[in-house]
Amino acid sequence: MDFKLTREQQLAQELFRKFAETEIKPLAHDMDESEQLDMELLGKMQKYGFFGIPYSKEYGGAGGDNLTYTLCMEEVSKQDGSCGITISVHTSLCCACIDMAGTEEQKQTYLRPLVDGSHFGCFGLTEPNAGSDVQGAQTVAVQDGDDWIINGSKIFTTNSSFADTCIVFAVTDKTVPVSKGLTAFIVDLKHTPGVDVQENIKRMGIRAAQNCIVTYDDVRVSKDRVLGEVNKGFKIAMKALDGGRIGIAAQSVGLAQGAINETIEYVKVREQFGKPIAAFQNTQFKLAEMQTKIDAARLLTWRAATAKDNHEDYSSLAAMAKLFASDVANQVTRECVQLMGGYGYCREYPVERMMRDAKITEIYEGTSEVMKMVISGGMNLKKKK
Amino acid sequence: MKVIVCVKQVPDTSGKVAVKPDGTLDRASMLTIINPDDLNAVEAALKLKDETGCEVVVVTMGPPPAEKMLREIIAMGADRGVLISAREFGGSDTFATSQIIAAGINHLGLNDDDIVMCGRQAIDGDTAQVGPQIAEKLNLPQITYAGDIKVDGREVIVKRMLEDGFMNIKMKTPCLITCIKELNEPRYMSTFGIFDAYNKPVEVFDYETLKDEPLIDKNTIGLQGSPTNILVSFTPPLKGAGVMLEGADKNTCNELAAILEKKHII
Repeated sequence: MDFKLTREQQLAQELFRKFAETEIKPLAHDMDESEQLDMELLGKMQKYGFFGIPYSKEYGGAGGDNLTYTLCMEEVSKQDGSCGITISVHTSLCCACIDMAGTEEQKQTYLRPLVDGSHFGCFGLTEPNAGSDVQGAQTVAVQDGDDWIINGSKIFTTNSSFADTCIVFAVTDKTVPVSKGLTAFIVDLKHTPGVDVQENIKRMGIRAAQNCIVTYDDVRVSKDRVLGEVNKGFKIAMKALDGGRIGIAAQSVGLAQGAINETIEYVKVREQFGKPIAAFQNTQFKLAEMQTKIDAARLLTWRAATAKDNHEDYSSLAAMAKLFASDVANQVTRECVQLMGGYGYCREYPVERMMRDAKITEIYEGTSEVMKMVISGGMNLKKKK
Repeated sequence: MKVIVCVKQVPDTSGKVAVKPDGTLDRASMLTIINPDDLNAVEAALKLKDETGCEVVVVTMGPPPAEKMLREIIAMGADRGVLISAREFGGSDTFATSQIIAAGINHLGLNDDDIVMCGRQAIDGDTAQVGPQIAEKLNLPQITYAGDIKVDGREVIVKRMLEDGFMNIKMKTPCLITCIKELNEPRYMSTFGIFDAYNKPVEVFDYETLKDEPLIDKNTIGLQGSPTNILVSFTPPLKGAGVMLEGADKNTCNELAAILEKKHII
């Protein structure tokens, strides 16, 4: 077992760290306050290949791996969780669907601009009445000659306000359970009549990310936009979410590491009772416990990413990484606010933002409870008949 | 057309500076970075590549770990690297270093439309000598302190920045330019470049490779061949805090005048 990053991964980590510290950190506070992403910043991230890391050069990607993608997610999220989720949804949900199920023509037409940094992507699965339980999905698609007509509405579609391409899941066979009657469609969000992207939903954290309701009113797409087979969309969505969880685990690690890094700088200079608070054993022990948890979370994340890179079954591993890392992110960011006291609670310092951002990691791309369902589902708990 | 960029791995002066008993830097124990001005030369070369499609070759002289720096610059967009590295070259001062790098460039081959670019100076030695000396040893025209570079065929127009103004100078390729930080904003590596960086060629020019070059002479390379003698190296003590006078009244002005007079400034 070798825990060392490859030469390429080390270079990539240097790039992500330097870029995030130089370009993202100075903007993170204002993006949170304004609830807007800096599009110029996203443009730079596209240019430097942050949006196509684990995709083949054959389709315009960086030709990297999933472990490198987690390094990107961690370093970006260390400075800003909103930028982190923007990359994650694009990469491990939208691009992943086309990469796993797309035809050669679909990959050349839709995947290429997404991974070469020309387009942004999003993923439309969640509906107002279908969150953890996809069975409640009400968005439908009906065949009309060579086209499909989509009607319905999706909620919390991250990146939708600026994305070019959305993978939209719609029920195409109402006579069977949704898991057997769901189809994935590639929809051009910017140029398709009937698509309406609403305002960014006001949220507690990752406030700069663009997370909107998208309605589809008689949206007509040609049959060559069907991703994979008709009625086989559920599997595509679940597989994409499995991979997405690795990204969220890495985002969680980044939020926690970012918060602890800020806190370490603070406790060295903040003096109470005549000495820096870093000199108190309570501070030292808390930081030691937190860093240990973060490292454990990172190792689980890297294990899941490595399994995916090695084409092994990673579903449970990704769920474990996300379950654990998201919990660590919440514990650590909360403790960091506590260590920084009143200042930690102030919006002038970044840890309160990180604490707010951390909460969502226990919810999206499968809640912690769903993670436990996935993990226990692989533990052979059913009674033998 | 190709642009040869000379770069140097230098100690990260934001960290601790370590000095060996003989007065030379203990490079092995310090973190290293790419010399900042050299990155401006790299960016100028890569911009030219973006515009003209020319080849960018990055050259350094240093110990084997300097290869990582070459890979980083390849990940920024350079096409290939050359690492000039040999025990015989160790301990070289600027005279000997420029001798060896000039020999390396000569070995690489300099065509009529080629340009050599260097950073203005390295943050460790701060001499700004190696670039100009390479030009002299290769008999190339040179322009230092480039604040702007325009290339049109074999004609190069450089805005040479000076403390109190600038000059626009035209020269013909092959030539050498040294670049200052105001020239441009160096780009980052990109993930597209990183995953190719170790597949692109990095040649090692050792003593065997270069020994037949006319510029290579055992008496003018390495520590032995270096005319510079280091008396002592040390970290300079920090300057004391300055005196701040506040106010726009006559008394403050008199106080200021008295201080300046005492220091023989006025």
